[in-house]
Amino acid sequence: MELYRAHVLVCAGAGCISSGCQAVKSALVESIDRLGLQREIKVVETGCMGPCDLGPVIVVYPEGVFYRQLKPADAMEIAEEHLLKGRVVERLLYKAPEDGKTAVTSDQIDFFKKQTRIALRNTGIINPESVEEYIARDGYRALGKVLTSMTPEEVIECIKKSGLRGRGGAGFPTGLKWEFSAKAPGKPRYVVCNADEGDPGAFMDRSILEGDPHSVLEAMAICGYAIGANQGYVYVRAEYPLAVQRLSLAIEKAREYGLLGESIFGTGFSFDVEIRVGAGAFVCGEETALLASIEGRRGEPRPRPPFPAQEGLWGKPTVINNVETWANIPPIILKGPEWFASIGTEKSKGTKVFALAGKVNNTGLVEVPMGTTLREIIFDIGGGIPGGKQFKAAQTGGPSGGCIPARYLDVPVDYESLTRLGAIMGSGGLIIMDEDTCMVDLARFFLEFVQDESCGKCSPCRIGTKRMLEIVERITRGEGRDGDIELLEELGHGIKSSALCGLGQTAPNPVLSTIRHFRDEYEAHIYHKKCPAGVCRALMVYAVDEEKCTGCGRCALVCPAGAVYGEKKKPHRIDLEKCLRCGTCMEKCKFGAIYTI
Amino acid sequence: MKSLAELDKLREKLQDEMRLREGREDVKVVVTMGTCGIASGAREVLTAILEEVSKRGLKGVTVTQTGCAGLCHCEPLVEVERPGRDKVIYGHVDEKKAREIVVSHLVNGQIIKEWIIK
Repeated sequence: MELYRAHVLVCAGAGCISSGCQAVKSALVESIDRLGLQREIKVVETGCMGPCDLGPVIVVYPEGVFYRQLKPADAMEIAEEHLLKGRVVERLLYKAPEDGKTAVTSDQIDFFKKQTRIALRNTGIINPESVEEYIARDGYRALGKVLTSMTPEEVIECIKKSGLRGRGGAGFPTGLKWEFSAKAPGKPRYVVCNADEGDPGAFMDRSILEGDPHSVLEAMAICGYAIGANQGYVYVRAEYPLAVQRLSLAIEKAREYGLLGESIFGTGFSFDVEIRVGAGAFVCGEETALLASIEGRRGEPRPRPPFPAQEGLWGKPTVINNVETWANIPPIILKGPEWFASIGTEKSKGTKVFALAGKVNNTGLVEVPMGTTLREIIFDIGGGIPGGKQFKAAQTGGPSGGCIPARYLDVPVDYESLTRLGAIMGSGGLIIMDEDTCMVDLARFFLEFVQDESCGKCSPCRIGTKRMLEIVERITRGEGRDGDIELLEELGHGIKSSALCGLGQTAPNPVLSTIRHFRDEYEAHIYHKKCPAGVCRALMVYAVDEEKCTGCGRCALVCPAGAVYGEKKKPHRIDLEKCLRCGTCMEKCKFGAIYTI
Repeated sequence: MKSLAELDKLREKLQDEMRLREGREDVKVVVTMGTCGIASGAREVLTAILEEVSKRGLKGVTVTQTGCAGLCHCEPLVEVERPGRDKVIYGHVDEKKAREIVVSHLVNGQIIKEWIIK
């Protein structure tokens, strides 16, 4: 690598790519060339920096100046003013929405200030396509340390002592899982990375694979040494083409440097990794279905035990961990288990990455110590709810998880406390909902999702979720009956206790947890035929404010059902028998005379 | 990669480049590059300093630029800042002087008194 006086880091996470970072980057490179600065300034593409709603973003080092929402037209100004003359371009800096204060560097922004980055330590800082930049930031040093100065037992002991638990959702102690595999009879053994991230709104694993692929490879090799495996597989979904591409390149580069392959560091230990691309079935995120898919069989789960740690790929002992879990391994080896265990809460150590989505100002990727409260994540880091609306609930764990209502905002986020609330930590999807969200409709959305993704192998999941969906749909249509809530609960508990795999066992959670925390909303739908949030169309009643209505007749003209009637210049009325609840009349009324009840 | 030592050696070499993004700096060399500075040759000065720093493999040196310092008649200006010491400002720097500043001030710690602006 050559010495440059400044580095311009362009975020090339999928979020910024979709907001046009490639065009900004080319414009920057072109401007830098035009000013003849190409030998002094290096432009680097990095993985996701986190603040996706501010994209495209760049950071200019050594000063660390953070520019946001750039357009290609801004490139010349940055090049000429900042890169050539050293003057920060004020206009393109971040301004806090609350007080309009400008932040020059990213560490002055609340969104970054409150984060602790372990799994995301390199994401957004290094060029994910350069193994050199990874090495410069202590990359593969942990693997070197393990291979040259630790026994496999010591490695497992170290991970156990750190208290690291699986970040894929269930939170099983990682070190214990490794130990089970190491002690299980049978050879060869395998190491698998679960990158089949399928929860709606979750993108933690994708961002790590796109932003720091080597950290996963290094960790898998460490595990290989610890359990006596020489082959690893990364199972990643085909919907993540950029992750697949960067990971493939990383594997290639690591092999070139001899960091994967035969006799790594001349120690005689060999390890290699291959990618398996999944077709995107949600159930393949379930470990036994995932393993079946790697073997080339149909992606269907099987009963456990035996657990994969004992009988996994091709019936051999297999450690399968989630992407984020892997990304935590190298720092634990380098900094020691005590350091890791000092972060977080008593039973949940370290940090957790969340993908903030939904009705929140700063959507994006955040990493916080376990035990951080939801309030801190949503309001301090996430910047609160847009439009001054009220926070209603947060959905964790996607379709397997549950919702957490506003009264629990101060609960520390860790595995145990979320489970107690009927939600789960899950892989880290965090969907924020405001007052305009109907919780029954939300439950319907997730049920529809799991119903669609159910593999159909076991009947509780295949038929049970279908029946639940039918009931919830009926409720949202205003045809709910007395006893529906109780029936949903009964069905839900039945499915939870009898379904074959994690997908089915958790599928009723969104319904059960919304019933638990928002039973009144279900009751309003069923008994009063009302949707308090005003989302369920069939329950809306359109009415005319006779004082405001001028009788212009525009509403009657646009109504597709001919439900609006009345004389010219006199207040109109809506025939609710004919009304389709399409809302066109309300949309077209110039006087705001039509409202919903 | 045949051994861990090889990795360590490689990392040390690569770290110089990445130090820039750490925000940790030992010595900061600032070239003022307002219109006046650029017109009187600050670009060449900056390039020369970069070249020299890189050639000598100096560690912990950040080379950066800033706007016009107001001393337009003394341009190009080069400021050298070491933590805990007063800032030293050299005036009328050209390419040759720039290289000498790197050698004598940065490498040997000798301030070149006669070029300093008082």
